[in-house]
Amino acid sequence: MKHCLVVDDSSVIRKVARRILEDLSFSITEAEDGQQALEQCQQHMPDAILLDWNMPVMDGLEFLGQLRKLDGGQGPKVVFCTTENDVGHIARAIRAGANEYIMKPFDREIVEAKFQEVGLI
Amino acid sequence: MTPAEYDYLRQFLKQRSGLVLSNEKQYLIESRLLPVARKSGLASITALVAKLRDPRESMLADAVVEAMTTNESFFFRDKVPFDHFTQVMMPAMLERRAMKRQIRIWCAAASTGQESYSLAMCLKEMGSKLAGWRIEIVGTDISNEVLDRAKAGVYSQFEVQRGLPIQMLLKYFVQNGDQWTISNELRSMVQWKKFNLLESFAGLGQFDIVFCRNVLIYFDQPTKADILSRVSKTMTPDGFLVLGAAETVVGLTDAFKPVQDRRGLYAPNVPGQTAAAPTPATRFAFGSGAA
Ligand SMILES: C[S@@+](CC[C@H](N)C(=O)[O-])C[C@H]1O[C@@H](n2cnc3c(N)ncnc32)[C@H](O)[C@@H]1O
Repeated sequence: MKHCLVVDDSSVIRKVARRILEDLSFSITEAEDGQQALEQCQQHMPDAILLDWNMPVMDGLEFLGQLRKLDGGQGPKVVFCTTENDVGHIARAIRAGANEYIMKPFDREIVEAKFQEVGLI
Repeated sequence: MTPAEYDYLRQFLKQRSGLVLSNEKQYLIESRLLPVARKSGLASITALVAKLRDPRESMLADAVVEAMTTNESFFFRDKVPFDHFTQVMMPAMLERRAMKRQIRIWCAAASTGQESYSLAMCLKEMGSKLAGWRIEIVGTDISNEVLDRAKAGVYSQFEVQRGLPIQMLLKYFVQNGDQWTISNELRSMVQWKKFNLLESFAGLGQFDIVFCRNVLIYFDQPTKADILSRVSKTMTPDGFLVLGAAETVVGLTDAFKPVQDRRGLYAPNVPGQTAAAPTPATRFAFGSGAA
């Protein structure tokens, strides 16, 4: 079973994402901000990370930068999932090493399509 | 709606667009056609049917046909056909048309344009290999409404997130709030035309590659067979046909045969020739034939 870390400060979004990804046969762990996510990754590197942008403590972009510097941090496929939906943000995320990008609001079809796109399913 | 009215509509749709409705689709008719009726100031399906029987009501007839079409489409739908396009069809065509340097592609049920624009993106990604080539994409559909959308090339945030890789979105679209418009360069690669697959293909010219996906599923066996056989006649004998994931030529026509190991991909059945992906052997055969 592939492991996906869901990083979002909204518990509602984490719950929705969890439900969709569990249906796609992922095992899920959650983090509320970039700092928590980074600590989890240092313990155990996931296969996939669904990543919000705006979060307290450490935002998604900074987390991504730190992640990619970690030992094994190139491994996880990172799919941003954020309300930031302008070309500037998307381009920055991709340059920072994101594999795909979901603009909120999202649904099951979009998550599935994007995870397929990066070869996770 | 009376059974007689339902029968009339079923026959009408079958004759106009090929659409076959089973016995139990009254609810579908009602939900799709009541808005059409209301738009024309008619209160019921009964009134709509009465008016449809008047041969002068061709606008209404078109509106009814369009309202009953299913137009769902996505960018890079099912992915595999587009891999076939860049890995099999285009490399083969670049060899087979090396003299002519011209390739014509037909999206025979183009709907809102995602399929045609996906092909245009594939071509763009092939870059300088296509320098000096003239490549036409013709997108046709029975519905003016979807063709208008295809022409405009404006897609919602939802539509650009189903199947379109984010890199392609950045590269080939211009953002307008939460709308995304296909770039002028890509738009200029596709010609749009209203066209009914039940009518003669005479004016269309000859195609090397045909995408006819997710439209035959709505037709009965004889209609499918007839369209496939006529499609084969609009194609160059060494061309390629792509059907939808749930469609096949098997049991319908001898005009095409499956290309080995390439699901959903077919080649015209030319007696004495075997269809194959361009392996070194066939490449040699075609290369020497074309040169
Ligand atoms: C489900 S869409 C397929 C779009 C695209 N090929 C794809 O696979 O995503 C089917 C399209 O076929 C069109 N169609 C239905 N009957 C047709 C006919 N007789 N001639 C031409 N187009 C037709 C409909 O208007 C609709 O846009």
